[in-house]
Amino acid sequence: MTTTSTAAPPATATSTLDLAEVSRWYGNVVAVNNVSMSLGPGVTGLLGPNGAGKTTLLHMMAGFLTPSRGAVTLDGRPTWRNPEVYRRLGLVSEREAVHSFLTAYEFVLATAKLHKLPDPQAAARRAIDMVEMADAQDRRIGTYSKGMRQRTRVAAALVHDPQVLLLDEPFNGMDPRQRLHMMELLHSLGDAGRTILFSSHILEEVEQVSGTVQVMVAGRLAASGDFRTIRRLMTNRPHVFAIRSTDDRALAVALMAETSVSGVELGRDGLTVRAGDYGAFTRMLPKVALARGVRVQQLVPEDESLESVFSYLVEA
Amino acid sequence: MSTVSWITVRGLFGRRRFLLLLPLPILLVGLAVLSRGLGVEPTDWGPPVLVGLGLAVVLPVVALIVGTGVLGAEIDDGTVVHVLTTPLPRWQIVLPKLAVAAGVTAVTVAVPLFAAGLLADSVRLGVALAVAASVGALAYSALFVAASLLTRRPVLLGLVYVLIWEGLLSNVITGTRVLSIQHYVIALADRLAPTNLLATTVSVPVAAVMTALIIVAATFLSIDRLRSFSMAGETS
Repeated sequence: MTTTSTAAPPATATSTLDLAEVSRWYGNVVAVNNVSMSLGPGVTGLLGPNGAGKTTLLHMMAGFLTPSRGAVTLDGRPTWRNPEVYRRLGLVSEREAVHSFLTAYEFVLATAKLHKLPDPQAAARRAIDMVEMADAQDRRIGTYSKGMRQRTRVAAALVHDPQVLLLDEPFNGMDPRQRLHMMELLHSLGDAGRTILFSSHILEEVEQVSGTVQVMVAGRLAASGDFRTIRRLMTNRPHVFAIRSTDDRALAVALMAETSVSGVELGRDGLTVRAGDYGAFTRMLPKVALARGVRVQQLVPEDESLESVFSYLVEA
Repeated sequence: MSTVSWITVRGLFGRRRFLLLLPLPILLVGLAVLSRGLGVEPTDWGPPVLVGLGLAVVLPVVALIVGTGVLGAEIDDGTVVHVLTTPLPRWQIVLPKLAVAAGVTAVTVAVPLFAAGLLADSVRLGVALAVAASVGALAYSALFVAASLLTRRPVLLGLVYVLIWEGLLSNVITGTRVLSIQHYVIALADRLAPTNLLATTVSVPVAAVMTALIIVAATFLSIDRLRSFSMAGETS
């Protein structure tokens, strides 16, 4: 098996997915708040912590939810109550639901027939090859691993060669090799002129796949643009560490003399230290402690949760 | 067979709930054979077995299992999305599913009802029951497919209709029979094979018009609801 199967044929046309001031609420809960974006050819990552509204946004893009306010259009036509959009749009939803009683080939072939493709057998074989599922295509989907089921769903979403592909957390359940292959496939599709949007709550996934990123936090579009710029903002943000040592006061004095430290707070349970550079601080700390004869008993980064990173982005 | 029908049939017979279809028809035929074998008068066992069990329980319950299985089960497990992310007009999804539901229900119910009608009276009664039950299968299926799109608990809604509305109210308040598929089926069967084993206060024209109305209205409702199918939003 080779990775050459991931090469996607060039898109015959390009499509643009537009969201204009889109909001969606459920009762008093606002899931998506006034989001506007325009997605063109290439790979875009939709990044955000759990509960940020990514899935709601994807469902609206895919025509499976009506916006409470605003409009979602594909090439100028609404996606809601418009099955015609599925000629140009493919969706891989987060929910891992497949017809387990079918084989992958039967499933993808059935999808090709539902799309009324002129040569459904050839289209099904091509899509299965693209996700490297040819070897297992005649086994029932119910016997597949999570990653294989995911790839089968991607094959079904690609069978009609859509110009726009939406994927909700596509790397869930995939092993590193499958993940790498899927990343290559998305790259290849994006390079071939297709509009690819995938959601993820894992920064590294988005970093590896897409150059453009849309960051959602609490239903709002918090950042949008080139990933490297956003990543730089994340890297340069102050980091907070909780430290406990054999002599907190002595360590606090020593740390305050270091340029990478921007603040130290001495508390009953130890020190809270703010550092501008994560790497420089963690390299410097053992040296300083050793020089002062202080033993560090505990070092815990306090704000490493994804939520804190995203919150920082919102403030930046 | 269309692709939608093929997937629906595979899904229906690939799920364990399909086995639920078997006991009731077997019970119906078994009771008819037993009554006939023991020499019980058809006027004594006919109404409770043909109507009380066959038309009031077997037909609607089988229709409920199948009708909510063809679409409701796919909505429940999320597989319906694969069919919906295609450019098929939604009527091309609803109609094949309805045809499968009505067909499977009709075959499952008409055969034992034919046998029971034959044992109770004549071939004519057997045929009349089978034909009327098939019409009823279509009406119930249309109703239960629509229920699958109206509520997340279509089986519960269907049971309320079958047990409370048809089973309880229509026996106590005769006026409610005008909205009872069970009584339409009885009226149609009695028209095809007049017998004192079947009795209802609903007239044949009312039964025919209301059956057609329910089939058409429920089907249109299903198609419209499927056009507006929404996925549960907030998972992440």
